[in-house]
Amino acid sequence: MAELIGLRQMKINQQARIVAVQAQGDLGRRIREMGLIPGTVITVIGRAPLRDPVALRLLDFTLTLRNNEADHIIVDPLAAASGALS
Amino acid sequence: MSDRIIIALAGNPNSGKSTFFNALTGARQHVANYPGVTVEKKEGFIEFNGQRLHIVDLPGTYSLTAYSQEELVARNFLVNERPHLVVDVLNAGALERNLYLAVQFLELGIPLILALNMMDEVRKQGRRIDTNRLSSLLGVPVVETVARTGEGKEAVLHATLEFSDSPKVPWKPLRISYGPDLDPVIQEMETEIASDHFLTDLFPARWTALKYLEEDPQVRELGKGHAIAEKLEEMAAQVSEHCQSTLRTTPDSIIADYRYGYISSVLRQDVIQRDESRLRRMDMSDRADKIVTHRLIGPMIMIGVLLGLYKATFVLGEAPMGWVENFFGWMGEMATVLLPEGLLRSLVISGIIDGVGGILSFVPLIAIIFILLAILEDSGYIARMAYMLDRVFRTFGLHGSSVMPFIVSGGIAGGCAVPGIMGARALRSPKEKLATILTAPFMPCGAKIPVFLMLAAAFFPEKGASVMFWITLGAWIAALLVAKLLRLTIIRGASTPFVMELPPYRLPTIKGVLIHAWERTWMYIRKAGTVILALAILIWAAMTFPLLPEEQTAVFETKQKQIEQHIAELESANFSVPETTNESHEKLRASLAHIEAEKSEAALRHALAGRLGSALEPLSALAGFDWRTNIALIGGFAAKEVIVSTLGTVYSLGEIDPEDTAPLSQRLHKDPAWSPVTALSMIVFVLLYAPCFVTIVVMARESSWGWALFAMGFNTMLAFGLATVVFQVGRLLN
Repeated sequence: MAELIGLRQMKINQQARIVAVQAQGDLGRRIREMGLIPGTVITVIGRAPLRDPVALRLLDFTLTLRNNEADHIIVDPLAAASGALS
Repeated sequence: MSDRIIIALAGNPNSGKSTFFNALTGARQHVANYPGVTVEKKEGFIEFNGQRLHIVDLPGTYSLTAYSQEELVARNFLVNERPHLVVDVLNAGALERNLYLAVQFLELGIPLILALNMMDEVRKQGRRIDTNRLSSLLGVPVVETVARTGEGKEAVLHATLEFSDSPKVPWKPLRISYGPDLDPVIQEMETEIASDHFLTDLFPARWTALKYLEEDPQVRELGKGHAIAEKLEEMAAQVSEHCQSTLRTTPDSIIADYRYGYISSVLRQDVIQRDESRLRRMDMSDRADKIVTHRLIGPMIMIGVLLGLYKATFVLGEAPMGWVENFFGWMGEMATVLLPEGLLRSLVISGIIDGVGGILSFVPLIAIIFILLAILEDSGYIARMAYMLDRVFRTFGLHGSSVMPFIVSGGIAGGCAVPGIMGARALRSPKEKLATILTAPFMPCGAKIPVFLMLAAAFFPEKGASVMFWITLGAWIAALLVAKLLRLTIIRGASTPFVMELPPYRLPTIKGVLIHAWERTWMYIRKAGTVILALAILIWAAMTFPLLPEEQTAVFETKQKQIEQHIAELESANFSVPETTNESHEKLRASLAHIEAEKSEAALRHALAGRLGSALEPLSALAGFDWRTNIALIGGFAAKEVIVSTLGTVYSLGEIDPEDTAPLSQRLHKDPAWSPVTALSMIVFVLLYAPCFVTIVVMARESSWGWALFAMGFNTMLAFGLATVVFQVGRLLN
C-alpha cells in the first residue's frame, strides 16, 4: 500500500482515494459539499497552463481547485489504476 | 383551488435549472434583483389545467448554508415566503452530488418534487436510473426531464397539481442519523428547541439544532437575545471541542459526511445501473479539455476567443449603434425645426435627446455582448477560461473569471465598461467581483480613444499606434495594481474558494441565449434610463446656467447682426455677379461662425461648469490643466465623448466632430499653454479618472451606490495624483 500524500503531489492521470479533508470553515464546507469527502475516488485529469489550479475527475463530474486548497486534502494513491480513465 | 400555487425552482448551478425555467414559462418572465442584493430574482406566471402557477427561479446553489448571497437568498425565500412546494432540478448525470441539496430540502421538510434533468445524457451514457425506486426511498415524486427539449415538463406540472389537490399537510422533515458523536446532542438540542418554541415558526427544531452545530451565522444572529440560544451555542461548542480533540474533525464535516452517506445508502439500493464499458469511453468533455486547456494550445485558443468576442461585439454592434445615434440625431434636428430657439430647445436637444440617445446607443452593444457571453457561458467555456487564468489574476486578488469584464471594458482598446461591468455577474465570488467592477473602468473604452488620438496627433504625431499601445498597457497595470491595493485594504479578506465545477461542453440553446440576453438588456434600458436621464439634465443645467447676462449676449448679437446685414447687402448688391463676391462672402460667413463660437465659449465659461473649471484652476494647474481643460474634464463625468466636443467649445472652435479632431489638434499644438508633458498628463488623467455616469449607475446596480461613488472619488484622486506626478516630473526633465 502506497503512502498517503497531499492532493497537490498527485500526477496527471493518477487515481487516489480521499482519506481526509483537513480544511475548516468556508473552504472546508465548499470542498465537502462538492462531494470531496473521505472515501471518494478522484483522478487528476489536468492542470491549468500555469500548473494551478488542478482539475479532478470524480465519478460523475469534473471540478477544479487551487493547489493551496488541494493541500488540505490527503489522499491514498491507488497503485494499479493510473491511466485507467484516460 | 383558485389561489395560485407558488413554486420555487431550485438546483445546483449547471443543472439546467434556467433552461427548465425557460421551458416552463417561455418569455413570460420577469427579472429583478432580490431586495438589497445583486442576486437575480426571476419569476414567471403560467396557467396549467386552469390552475394559476407562480414560479420563482431561485439562484443556483450546491447547499443551503448561509455563506454566499445566493444560498442565503434561496433559504430566506423558502423560509419566509413559504412557497407551496420546491421543484429541485437535478443533473441526473451527477445524481449523488445533486442530491446533497435535495437532502437539505428534505431535512427542512418543505414539500419537494425532484426533476431528474438531462436524462438524455444519462441514457446516452448507458446508465439507467430507477426513478420509481428513488421516489419510494425518498418519499417524494421523481420526474425524468430533458429541459432542452421540454420533455417531462408536463409531468412536473401534473405532479404539482396533484400535490395542490391533496389536503394540506404540515412540513414533514426528514431525519438522518448523524452518528454516535452527534446524534445524542442533536436529540438533546431538538428537545430544548421544541419545548422553548425557539424559531419553530421558521425551521423544524432538528434543522435549527443542525444549524447550531454547523455554526450557521444567520441562525445564530436570529437567536441573539434568546436565553436558549446561549445554551445551544455552548452545547455546540462542547461537541465541537470533543470532535476536534478525539476525532480531529468538526461537526460540520461530520454532518456533510453523513449526508453523503445517507445519499449513497439510498443510491446503493439498485437506483443506478451503470454500463461500465460505456462509462470509460464516454467523456468527450475531458478529452476536449486535453486540447482546450492544454499548456500551450489552450492559451492560444483563449486569445483567439477573446479577440473574436471583442471584434464580433464591436463590429456587429457598430451599425445598429449608428442607427440609434442617427435616429437621435434626426430627433434633434426635428426638435431644432419644431421648437423655437431658446432654453426649451436647448434642454430638449442637449439635455434630453443627447442624454437618452447616449444611453440607448449602448443598447446594441450590450445586447450583442450578452448574446455572446451567454453562448460562452452556456457552452461551458467561461469556466475553462477561469480555470486557465486563475493563477494570474489571483496574484492580484482577483479571480480567473475577471478577465472577461476587463477585456470587454476596453482591455483591448475600444471596449465599453458598461457591458463589461454587467458581465462581471458571472463571478460568484463577492470580493473578487467587487474588485473587478471597481477596476474595469480604468480600461481605455471607445469614448476615451478620441481624446487620446487627438492629443497624440497634436503632440506625438506619427506615433498614434504606439501611444495607444502604451495607454492600453498602462491601463492593465493600473487596474491590476489597484485591484491588489483594494484587496489588501478595503476589500481585504481571504480569496473565495475556487472549488468550481467544470461542466461538460454543451451546445447552448437559441431560446436560452436570447432570453438571457434580452432580460439583461431590458434591465439596463429600464433602470439606467431613468437615473441617467435625470443626470443628463443636471449636467446640461450645469453647462447652461447661470445664463450669460443680457448685455454680454447683446454685444455678440449686435456684432452678428452687423455682419448679417453686411452679407445681405452684398448679396442683393452683387446678385448678378456672384463669383466675384464669393471670397469676401466666405470671410464674412466665417467671422459670423467665429462670433457664434465665441458666444458659446463665453456662455460656457459663465455657467456653473465654467465657474467650477475656473475655481479649480489653482489646484488643477499642478497637473498642468487650465480652466478650459477643467471644463472639458468636468463634462467628461457625464460621458467621455463630451471631452473633445467641450474642448472645441472652450477653444471657440464651434462644433467638433469626435471622428475628425484635426482642427482641435492644430489649435492645441499652437497653444503655448500646451506641451507634450501637458498632453501626457491629460492622457493619464482621462484614462484613470471617474467613470462616466452610465458606468457609475451600472456599478451602483451591480454593487452599491456607496461603492459607485467611492469609485468616482477614488479614481479621480488617483488620476489627479498620477497626472500631477507626470506633469511635475516632465517639467523638471524638460
